[in-house]
Amino acid sequence: MGPLIPNEIIGANWDFLIALLVGIGFGYILERAGFSSSRKLAGVFYGYDFVVLRVFFTAAITAAFGLYYFQYFEWIDLSMIYINPLYLTSTLIGGVIMGFGFIIGGYCPGTSVCGAMIGKIDAMVFIGGIFLGIFFYGETYELLWKKIYLDNFLGAPLVFDSLGISNALFILGLSIAALLAFWITAQIPKFVKRVDY
Amino acid sequence: MENKVLENKRKYMNPYLAGFLLGLVIIFAFYYTGRGLGASGAIKSAVVASVDAVAHNHALASEFYAPYASKEESPLSSWLVFEIIGVMIGALISGIIAGRLKLKVEHSPKISSKTRLIMAILGGVLFGIGSQLGRGCTSGAALTGMATLSTAGFVSMLAIFGTGYTFAWFFRKFWI
Repeated sequence: MGPLIPNEIIGANWDFLIALLVGIGFGYILERAGFSSSRKLAGVFYGYDFVVLRVFFTAAITAAFGLYYFQYFEWIDLSMIYINPLYLTSTLIGGVIMGFGFIIGGYCPGTSVCGAMIGKIDAMVFIGGIFLGIFFYGETYELLWKKIYLDNFLGAPLVFDSLGISNALFILGLSIAALLAFWITAQIPKFVKRVDY
Repeated sequence: MENKVLENKRKYMNPYLAGFLLGLVIIFAFYYTGRGLGASGAIKSAVVASVDAVAHNHALASEFYAPYASKEESPLSSWLVFEIIGVMIGALISGIIAGRLKLKVEHSPKISSKTRLIMAILGGVLFGIGSQLGRGCTSGAALTGMATLSTAGFVSMLAIFGTGYTFAWFFRKFWI
């Protein structure tokens, strides 16, 4: 039963090879879908291109379906996988800072790597910015961030437990919400000015 | 222009197919290793390795660097570093196939290359800080977090995109 490496079904030596393969798949798909272009990515905020929303939601829902079906068939033990811990204050403030980073810089870290690899100089500069930002954070961690970083720790809850519903009902609701979002966003570009990029 | 737009469309994968395949990649990652995707983590490793190489004692004295700098092996010997090397290879392969390899600064015709580069570095700095505070970026915190149905993943996604939408209007001249 999975996860195979933590369960010692295959050796830990495979860990880095799997990481490389996962990365190749991730990078190939992102670039192929157009995530190497900041102007295409920014389209999601201005209504002229919704590729981010489409790829992002389809991927999250596909993976959630897969993981929870794998659990149902007892192919994977979901108690052994990494669940993001919820530190409410830092998750929110960090997210807001990243939101500004996205609308100002046009990339996020993963997409900037894709952009840089196909020659986007702005993406390379963006990566330099991330490096500086993390360095600044590291140098000022104790002084500025530590308290916020550790504030309001709520464990590692799952969203359907937080909402008090079953996992199946949540995934169904999320899928319906995504389909609605796909349909609505397909109409929006008809009403906004076309942007060529 | 019409032809160029059409041509670009052909070169991009259908977004729903891309999302489905990306979902399969996430399932594969969890099934084998129990963890999902990430991007900012690899850059953090590079920062830690650099600080450690230049000022080892300083790194050991910092609560931020020490957990990685005090280890026997290099901070670069991490899962996320190998994963991001894979991302680089994958993106390059796709770029070659699609014929998109070209050195350029991509920007709206309304702004100069210089403005775009300043905005890019500023956005990067913000993403660097935000990803550390938020324990991951769009890949690790939001996308992977949502895939496992963690509450943190949904909070993170709402905070990132909610902020983007709320303030998009103020930054419109940089994009449209």
